[in-house]
Amino acid sequence: MASADVHPASEPARCVFLFRRHLDRIRTRAGPFTDPDSFSGEAVAGAMETMKILVIGAGGLGCELLKNLALSGFKDIHVIDMDTIDISNLNRQFLFRQSDVGSFKAEVAAKFVEKRVKGVKITPHNCRIQDFDEDFYMQFQLVVCGLDSIEARRWINATLVNMVNEDVEDSYKPLIDGGTEGFKGQARVILPTVTSCIECQLDMHAPRAAVPLCTLASIPRQPEHCIEWAHVIAWDQEKPFPSLDKDDPEHITWLYQKALLRAHEFNIPGVTYSLTQGVVKNIIPAIAATNSVIAAACCNEVFKIASNCAPFLGYPDNNYMMYSGNDSIYTYTFKHEKKDDCPVCGNLARKLDVDPTWTLRELVESFAVRPEAQLKKPSIRAQFKTLYMQSPASLEEQTRPNLDKTLTELGLTDGEEIGVTDPAFATVSFKFKLKFKQSD
Amino acid sequence: MTEVVMRQTPPILHGPSEKERKYDRQLRLWAASGQAALESANILLVNSGAGTVGIETLKNLVLPGIGRFAIYDEAVVEEADLGVNFFIDESGLGKPRSQCVTELILELNPEGESTLEALLATSPIFTIIVFTYPARAEHTSLLQEYSKQHKTPLVAIHSAGFYSYFQIQLPGAFPIVDTHPEETATTDIRLLTPWPELSEFAKELTKDIDNLDNHEHGHLPFVAILLHYLEQWRETHSGSNPSTYKEKIEFRRLVQGATRTNNPEGGEENFEEAVAAVLKTVTAPSLPSGLREVFEYKHSDPNEQMSGFWIIADAVKTFYAKHKCLPLPGSVPDMKAQSKVYIQLQNIYKKKARQDAAEVLKTAQEIAPDRDIDAAEVELFCKNAAFVKLINATGGTGDRDTSNTDRLKTVIAQELENDENAEVTMTPLSLLPIYLALQATGRVASASADEILAEVAKTVPEASQNERIRNAAQEVARAEGGELHNISALTGGMVAQEMIKIITKQYIPIDNTCIFDGISSRCQVVRL
Repeated sequence: MASADVHPASEPARCVFLFRRHLDRIRTRAGPFTDPDSFSGEAVAGAMETMKILVIGAGGLGCELLKNLALSGFKDIHVIDMDTIDISNLNRQFLFRQSDVGSFKAEVAAKFVEKRVKGVKITPHNCRIQDFDEDFYMQFQLVVCGLDSIEARRWINATLVNMVNEDVEDSYKPLIDGGTEGFKGQARVILPTVTSCIECQLDMHAPRAAVPLCTLASIPRQPEHCIEWAHVIAWDQEKPFPSLDKDDPEHITWLYQKALLRAHEFNIPGVTYSLTQGVVKNIIPAIAATNSVIAAACCNEVFKIASNCAPFLGYPDNNYMMYSGNDSIYTYTFKHEKKDDCPVCGNLARKLDVDPTWTLRELVESFAVRPEAQLKKPSIRAQFKTLYMQSPASLEEQTRPNLDKTLTELGLTDGEEIGVTDPAFATVSFKFKLKFKQSD
Repeated sequence: MTEVVMRQTPPILHGPSEKERKYDRQLRLWAASGQAALESANILLVNSGAGTVGIETLKNLVLPGIGRFAIYDEAVVEEADLGVNFFIDESGLGKPRSQCVTELILELNPEGESTLEALLATSPIFTIIVFTYPARAEHTSLLQEYSKQHKTPLVAIHSAGFYSYFQIQLPGAFPIVDTHPEETATTDIRLLTPWPELSEFAKELTKDIDNLDNHEHGHLPFVAILLHYLEQWRETHSGSNPSTYKEKIEFRRLVQGATRTNNPEGGEENFEEAVAAVLKTVTAPSLPSGLREVFEYKHSDPNEQMSGFWIIADAVKTFYAKHKCLPLPGSVPDMKAQSKVYIQLQNIYKKKARQDAAEVLKTAQEIAPDRDIDAAEVELFCKNAAFVKLINATGGTGDRDTSNTDRLKTVIAQELENDENAEVTMTPLSLLPIYLALQATGRVASASADEILAEVAKTVPEASQNERIRNAAQEVARAEGGELHNISALTGGMVAQEMIKIITKQYIPIDNTCIFDGISSRCQVVRL
């Protein structure tokens, strides 16, 4: 207790100095790689303390992000997560205990870190990111994402890009995004409108190819085919419960049983409860160690951007770090180029290969599976007319007949630009330029 | 018949247990066998310096359920620990750091036990030991001795400022069978050396291929398609298979040409699959480099030779010599086919795989008649034979004899030479300067850039003339032995991944040093 006796609590400045000793050695003194023009050792601690940082997601990455930011000198942190704690989180989400199961992640995580790291304020928001508007997001200087859904990433990316006002310096909010799967992961830095954005990089997260319906319906071969059959076909036919809750063990058990019967019918081995759950919920394996790597890589960039005490990923060079730990350790840190035809941050329409003999329905459905689009509920407008609207109901009904017309019948031409909106990305209109397949 | 029985008595639906639910996301990576290995592991952390990187490592091992751990740490908690280490709180000020950290880490997973300040002599044998720099010389030599005596892997970590590295020392050759190859890795399906049952099956399906109706033709499994057209090819090529790249392209064109396009779909998915599979699967079996290393490995330790792995490896080697191919892995990729036909095909492969494994087992028993060879271990080996990997294969005559310093000197010379051409070859610059600068402070809390350079000059005399080494030395001096929490958390994550791989004997660990640069955000693995 010697140190406490010599420096009692009435000398807070002294304590803070000691408390931040490790951090200050680096952030208050320039190193050989520090850019002297943007660095100020005296101002850095104060500047970081007043910065507002937003963390999106309080799960595997989120818990790590909050801990890391709190120990990096930030004092005003907000966290958004709509989820509650599940027992399967406890193998890695280290801010949660058995007794927290069922409580909101954001709330429990915030309380825990505030208690452990003195002087840090963490404001939890138990809701969806879509529940806030641009005014809310405008208050932050930096946004860090630890999400498992590509859709949420695209939404916040589009929102932050849209918020950029060239005349207002404070409208540029750097976005630092992390993601993991098993022993692998990635960390990337996005400077909205300046560097490649999440939409530019969308094809790096191509959705897994869906099993054709006819395979499920008539020629299953794999245990996954039996499970998908139970999930997609049997459930709809029998409707055992009003709606499918993928977190309800009773519902999963029903699917498991159905899948098992089908597997026996075709002599297909390998259907288990765990596989059923994995396929239906699209479970991605996750461990503490990988979250630790990726979240820290993200926060290291946040720290460098906020303090300028060392060069950060982003402009003008590398902006993306890929990490793989399956076979030895391998990182690939590179520059992902911004795309001029990015529907979110580019100004050119993106080329879209289509067949003029397609019906509009086929075009609408194709948006979900195209790696470069991944839009599940698209509404489509041509330059001078509305082709199809998903909502409101009256407009949907009015435009529905178009679905069965071919693109040619609708008067669309090669090279024509169309605008596509999707409720998942309220503010954005994706621009595409039709490129007709040459008929042979 | 089975289906009737199954319908009458539905299977016992055992939902997941509490533990399976808690560990679900990791069991999908290393299964129950890996989990059992973790739960029986006993880890020692010898902590020093700022102490964060060791604790972050431990956190990532306690969470997935490591069996036991002990922390040895001479430090007493002070104010600065609170600002960098998450597992210390104010109530710990003035207490031994090991005690404070143990209490807060144990909250994470109350299922683990811990021994406080365990001493090497009184604790149960440690599975693996981690220590952090700066470390006292008498400690490291004590650990080296223990490692040698008990064959315990030793991990050293050093984290300072934006830099870190860690180094794994394995007590001997470390073979891994369950390497988890990428899903895209191809498995041998023996298209060029089919066994009679497979040939018969394919022949039966394709005997009247041109007169099959569109549905049947469009549901021939691609394995049967390729076997059929290979047969045809051999008839017109004096009995030999397509072997050169040019021939394979020509063969591919043959298969492509056999696709029906006058059907309602205007093409056939199964033929598309066949065409796509030609270059990857119409290949003569060869010995993969990982397994070759195993076959050619010379044992320095006679006990090592009598372990299950090496006996089975010997038996597989015999199999390979006799059959000119590896035991069949037994899995068939998914392919467009009627359910019944696909299942039949799958069973033909499985049956052959079981036969091959039985032959290997028999040979293994002949090699070591007084040992109980585990049939499941043989099966796993046969299934993964093409992906088996040997780490740290220095055995006996290897470079273990040359001193570490000599080896280091050679590697440094090579790396610095590569750097000269880095711009032309577009390769990233070597991170060895970081390793050198950190290593120079391995025994002291902090040092000036000049002191670091002087220390590095003992191994690399021209150190102070090298700009990159000078910069690294300055950067390390800047930290004064201080850790950045982010760098330590990141390094702790990497180390934990590696320790999990070593404990579970799954996936492939590094060989043997990993250096991280938090400024350019990348790492490099190098054998030192």
